[in-house]
Amino acid sequence: MSAKSPPKKKSWSWRSQAFRGLLYQLVAIAAITAVVWFLAHNTLYNMKVRGIQSGFDFLSGPAGFDIGESLYPFDSAQPYWQAFVVGLTNTLRVAIVGIILTTILGTLLGIGRFSRNALVRGLCYAYVEFFRNVPVLLQLLMWYLFFTEALPAAAEAWKVGPFFLSKGGLAFPVPVWASGQFWAAVGLLAGAVLALVYRKWALRRFEATGQIRSMFWVPLAICLGVSLLGWAAGGAPTAFDYPMMGEFAIEKGGSLTPEFLSVLLGLTVYTAAFVAEVVRSGIASVAQGQGEAAAALGLNPGQSMRLVQLPQALRVIIPPMTNQFLNLTKNSSLAVAIGYPDVVSIANTALNQTGRAVECIAIVMLVYLVTSLSTSLLMNWYNSRAAIKER
Amino acid sequence: MKSYKLKALLAIVGAIGALLAAPAHAGKTLDGVKARGQLVCGVNTGLAGFAAADSAGKWSGLDVDVCRALAAAVLSDPEKVKYVPLNAQQRFTALQSGEIDVLPRNTTFTLTRDASLGLSITVPNYYDGQGFMVPLKSKIKSAKQLKGQTVCVQSGTTTEKNLTDYSKANGLGIKPVVFEKLEAAENAYFTGRCISYTTDASGLASTRNKVAKDPKEHVILADLISKEPLGPMVRRGDDEWFAIVKWVMYGMLEAEEYGVMQSNVDQMKSSTDPVVQRLLGGGNEDTGKLLGLDKDWMARVIKAVGNYGESFERNVGPKSPLGLPRGVNNLWNKGGLMYAYPVR
Repeated sequence: MSAKSPPKKKSWSWRSQAFRGLLYQLVAIAAITAVVWFLAHNTLYNMKVRGIQSGFDFLSGPAGFDIGESLYPFDSAQPYWQAFVVGLTNTLRVAIVGIILTTILGTLLGIGRFSRNALVRGLCYAYVEFFRNVPVLLQLLMWYLFFTEALPAAAEAWKVGPFFLSKGGLAFPVPVWASGQFWAAVGLLAGAVLALVYRKWALRRFEATGQIRSMFWVPLAICLGVSLLGWAAGGAPTAFDYPMMGEFAIEKGGSLTPEFLSVLLGLTVYTAAFVAEVVRSGIASVAQGQGEAAAALGLNPGQSMRLVQLPQALRVIIPPMTNQFLNLTKNSSLAVAIGYPDVVSIANTALNQTGRAVECIAIVMLVYLVTSLSTSLLMNWYNSRAAIKER
Repeated sequence: MKSYKLKALLAIVGAIGALLAAPAHAGKTLDGVKARGQLVCGVNTGLAGFAAADSAGKWSGLDVDVCRALAAAVLSDPEKVKYVPLNAQQRFTALQSGEIDVLPRNTTFTLTRDASLGLSITVPNYYDGQGFMVPLKSKIKSAKQLKGQTVCVQSGTTTEKNLTDYSKANGLGIKPVVFEKLEAAENAYFTGRCISYTTDASGLASTRNKVAKDPKEHVILADLISKEPLGPMVRRGDDEWFAIVKWVMYGMLEAEEYGVMQSNVDQMKSSTDPVVQRLLGGGNEDTGKLLGLDKDWMARVIKAVGNYGESFERNVGPKSPLGLPRGVNNLWNKGGLMYAYPVR
């Protein structure tokens, strides 16, 4: 017979550990609040006494400066807060594309360390050791120097088909916007949904009958096919805006500036070295018996890695991977050294034109905090999905 | 229990500190300089002709001469200066916080800087304008030909805003490439990333002279798109120090007007001209006392750096490596804009 334990008495005395713990927490919170309040109050008081104006009202005034590159047109008469938004889109542009590229490159490098080919193993090892140990600012400067020194001037740009590569960046033809592109994009989304539905169905058929169906090529074909249908439905537009040689530089068409390319490639190559090590440690953490068992079941090394080892390695890979994604996002603030107008560069300009140093730095900190927290939340959700479900 | 008491004590001390927090430097700059025995001067990180250190670490330039003049006036020794190199972003914060005493750093006088930073503009020591530099082989003759082109510019300066205003007023759609460091902006222009580089015309001359592999390959366009009166700035709330900086500048100009030079200061001290006497403390005149200095304040300044004309010729004039013409920086009675208020 199990006896019920006596109910715990709440005693508010010094000898109660729970009471003491609560008291210490309250005192710690009060101390932290006092320090923060003291810092804020002191700053505001000093600024007022010295006649330094403060406040966020400057955000609604006209910016008065142009931004070298942006996703959408920005005019200098627009308010400062819109300039900050443009800076934010520039940062996100580099961060998102960078994260995707660095994951792909890093994973390939990490897996390459386990290759049976000694040359591949050696190259991956050399890559990681070199790019991990050179400071990232130097790497960005190196890439920028390459783009501005090694490439020819715009007047003598290298022409490959309709593409131009020069000191002015990579110029490519952009489709002239008509409704056809919009329907093509809609078709792509619809195709993606259909492809996922197909994959679920194919998985169910496999588990019922054991018959393997293509899980990659057929869904891809579905995506592209529906997208093509959308494009055709929208009038099948084929007009492109081709870049052309102007008086001093390439005109028309779309272009990726050397600043954007340097930041992107520099950060991708640097962070991929770290991601490679994270992936390698994840794969090494999977018991060797798993690989042997997979081989015994008749899976080839590629399938064994893809279906057995990597999914188990994900548990170890994802938390440090989050770190690397956040590092890449925050390292993009170094873009200000090579002329890419990210949010730090815009904040610098705003700071110097308005003198509101504390406010501008606070905005930049907030932007990075929100971006980093969103990335962490997303990765934590993915982590909980990849975790082994305990019973 | 002990840690609770300690935390409480710290919180109380912090709160008392907050209540007692007072600004450290309002109205006390002169006393601080005298007590320290050294003038802390904020200057450019490296702009030939204005403030640059040579390989031995010795600073020279038009702005450096302002520092030396102030040290000679206040501390009797032009060498008692600590130079703090500052980039465009740090300069105002360094002055606001009290890290430096004065900021002669080729800074343009604008309304925003005078009104909203807790700082004051003094007297310009160089009237400049913003210009463009282009390669000779581009055959560009006027800034209006830069339609849709890329122009390299340094962040944190009035240059960006002027470029935008000019671009908008003339419908040029110029694409700026903005760099944090001066060296990065210069390099990007010289490697050919941008077709043009823009900053104050004096800065263009300095850059072309220092960085270009072949200065003759680069042309500074004649269009000046803005007014850039450059001069030292001081903190607000210290009228005494403000007056000292202002009148040292005016004194150097007045000295040039009345022919007082580095070489003849000692003879001029015994001059009977009352204007020169008031300037140099000859006879019974003592203008320095009214400023909180002594009667030889201006004599020491001229002995240390010469008058304004000599400082100009030595650092940025036609015979110096920069080769800038006196132009609008000449005295008012010689066709320029330099008009010293009377030192009396």
